[in-house]
Amino acid sequence: MKTHKYTVAVFTENFIGLLTRITLIFTRRHVNIESITVSESEVRGVHRYTLVVKTTEDVVQRIVQQIEKQVEALKAFYYREEEIIHQEIALYKVSTKFLDGQHNLEKLIRDNHARMLSLDSEYLVIEKTGHKHETQALLEELQPFGVLEFVRSGRVSVAKRMKELSEYLDEMETELQARVEAGKNQ
Amino acid sequence: MKGAEAVIQSLLAEGVDTIFGYPGGAIMPVYDSLFDFTDQIHHVLVRHEQGAVHAAQGYARTSGRVGVCLATSGPGATNLITGLADAMIDSTPVVCITGQVASHLLGTDAFQETDVVGVSMPVSKWNIQVTRAKDIPAAMAKAFYIAKSGRPGPVLIDITKDAQFGDLEYTYTHCTQLRSYNPCPAPAQHAIKKAAELINNAKKPFLLVGQGIILSGAENELKELVEKSGIPFAWTLMGLSAMPTDHPLNMGMLGMHGNYAPNIKTNECDVLIAVGMRFDDRVTGDVNRYARQAKIIHIEIDQAEVNKNIAADVPVIGDAREVLEDLLPLVNENNHEEWIGEFLALRAIEEEKVSQEELFPEKEGLTMPEIIRRVSEKTKGEAILVTDVGQHQMAASRYFGFNKTRSNVTSGGLGTMGFALPASLGAKLGVPDREVVAVIGDGGFQMNMQELATIRQTHAAVKIVILNNNFLGMVRQWQQLFFDRRYSFTEMENPDFVKLGEAFHIPSARVSERGDVDAAISKMLESEGPYLLEVMVEKEDNVFPMVPTGAAVSEIRLS
Ligand SMILES: Cc1ncc(C[n+]2csc(CCOP(=O)(O)OP(=O)(O)O)c2C)c(N)n1
Repeated sequence: MKTHKYTVAVFTENFIGLLTRITLIFTRRHVNIESITVSESEVRGVHRYTLVVKTTEDVVQRIVQQIEKQVEALKAFYYREEEIIHQEIALYKVSTKFLDGQHNLEKLIRDNHARMLSLDSEYLVIEKTGHKHETQALLEELQPFGVLEFVRSGRVSVAKRMKELSEYLDEMETELQARVEAGKNQ
Repeated sequence: MKGAEAVIQSLLAEGVDTIFGYPGGAIMPVYDSLFDFTDQIHHVLVRHEQGAVHAAQGYARTSGRVGVCLATSGPGATNLITGLADAMIDSTPVVCITGQVASHLLGTDAFQETDVVGVSMPVSKWNIQVTRAKDIPAAMAKAFYIAKSGRPGPVLIDITKDAQFGDLEYTYTHCTQLRSYNPCPAPAQHAIKKAAELINNAKKPFLLVGQGIILSGAENELKELVEKSGIPFAWTLMGLSAMPTDHPLNMGMLGMHGNYAPNIKTNECDVLIAVGMRFDDRVTGDVNRYARQAKIIHIEIDQAEVNKNIAADVPVIGDAREVLEDLLPLVNENNHEEWIGEFLALRAIEEEKVSQEELFPEKEGLTMPEIIRRVSEKTKGEAILVTDVGQHQMAASRYFGFNKTRSNVTSGGLGTMGFALPASLGAKLGVPDREVVAVIGDGGFQMNMQELATIRQTHAAVKIVILNNNFLGMVRQWQQLFFDRRYSFTEMENPDFVKLGEAFHIPSARVSERGDVDAAISKMLESEGPYLLEVMVEKEDNVFPMVPTGAAVSEIRLS
């Protein structure tokens, strides 16, 4: 089976240790996590994990099932690249000595739709958001200037489908309540 | 109230009357509080924490209640890990409570500090660390709810010492639901209809019985279903005893050392109905050549098990009992005599080629199956069988007869040697009125034999049968078959088990002659308290049938 890049989105309660439980599900199957980002979601108290992995659909499907099985996990999804809008942010620290007008640093920043975040007497910090190949391209262009520090964030993504998390939560709640009322959630 | 007492009150609120444990520094406040409740809670002092958790498992498996263990931090807690892993893979409801160093010491490598929440994460259904007394009741309530609901499993609560000493206003509310947890989803009726259609049109249907039947209490529904539809069934190792062994539709045990007919027929049936089982590799053999010809209906409470190992044509997610209740009226009355006849013909081959000589040997040495047969006959299917891991386990699972459900306690998914002795203690305490027979190899016995002391101290009338072949038999068998008879470190010079039993003040005997076996077993069963019987069996017998690793189930070998 072919491997692809998948973005796994997990919505959870805020619970200590859950991050480890979730990453264990990947590592146990020898799947390397390429990036991971955690933040609060649009629903208060619900956290959102975005993980990027390269694996087969078979495996990612099972991983998502195992994640949903975790007691504090509300819902998990996996997406192919074309099913999401995603973004990463990169910061580049470069010495100010290249800001001498001769090195066209300004043009480079402009052409790459990057921006200067901070300027100090010794260094400047450039910020660029984009897909990995874009932030990588800028890194390579800046290499001749001697990049003092570089960092790229994990991916954040939103799904293209229009169903909102709150709808899923409502559905789950309705189903659960029906089970509770029927005395069948033991 | 102190946190420590809140732990005990929570246990009482959950209806717990038996716990297994071992004290130590970080759990001492709870032990101190426990001392005031000895009239309400029977605490069993094991001799090793692994014994506590296996005993709790045995207790849970026979009684259907949650097994509870208590241990201290550090080594006490890490000694529980094997049992947690075992309970996890075999879906056994267990709550482990561990003491932890005071919260201000967390992360300082304090004396006996182990990150047991971290260590137990992959082997627990859920776990939590509690650092404040006031959080204890809610954590306990959640722990019990999670352990027993849906697909059961082990949970661990780690309570810091300051939380045990701290004050709280105690109130207890049972946990009955969690927003993020739907333990028992409603089965989809359209799936049940589709399953019924497949079943009604099947010419060669075959039903697989897993432990899910027992865990959901679906024994009666299963019986009605197979009898109405006339479908032959076979059970997994964990499904043993879900129906009476001698039921005419019972075709035996599945899997690597299961019976000949059900393994072969798995690859010939047209509809395979799997209920409450997870297609473990020991059951499926080569998954790529497993029941490819059949439409597969998978009835399972754990969504993550569906399409995990074997793709299902009709998955039905839900509690086995609920699903079978709904399925029953949709299934037509039928019988499949001819199809069953094919099973019986294969059974006859197995009997002739394997069982006859095993059960009624003409050779001199004693065989494991003949001993199992005698014990089974004498207990008339009424006993609970507890087995360890190895050849004796497979022999016992094939030849022991059951009349009642929840009568088989074994370590299935993990294959934990050392399980049986402590588990038999727990099994007996779970259902004191029933006879409990533990069948154990000489190797596995020595892995937790310290629990003889606990058995003695509790007067639990466990009948212990050691089938002694002076070998790590199952490994030796593999060495013989697949490693050119190179018996690398599998032969054992054993202690005198009879003297050993007597040293623990447990009446003990040894038998090595066929003529003495009957009387020895009778004496064991007639004795009042615990009893240890060592049986000297053939050193180099093998267990057959066998599906070698990587083979298809239909390639099962008889020799
Ligand atoms: C804790 C543990 N260690 C190792 C094994 C591997 N193992 C499986 S069966 C077996 C041999 C068991 O020997 P014995 O208890 O004498 O039983 P027999 O097979 O002879 O009936 C071993 C070593 C295991 N299952 N569990």
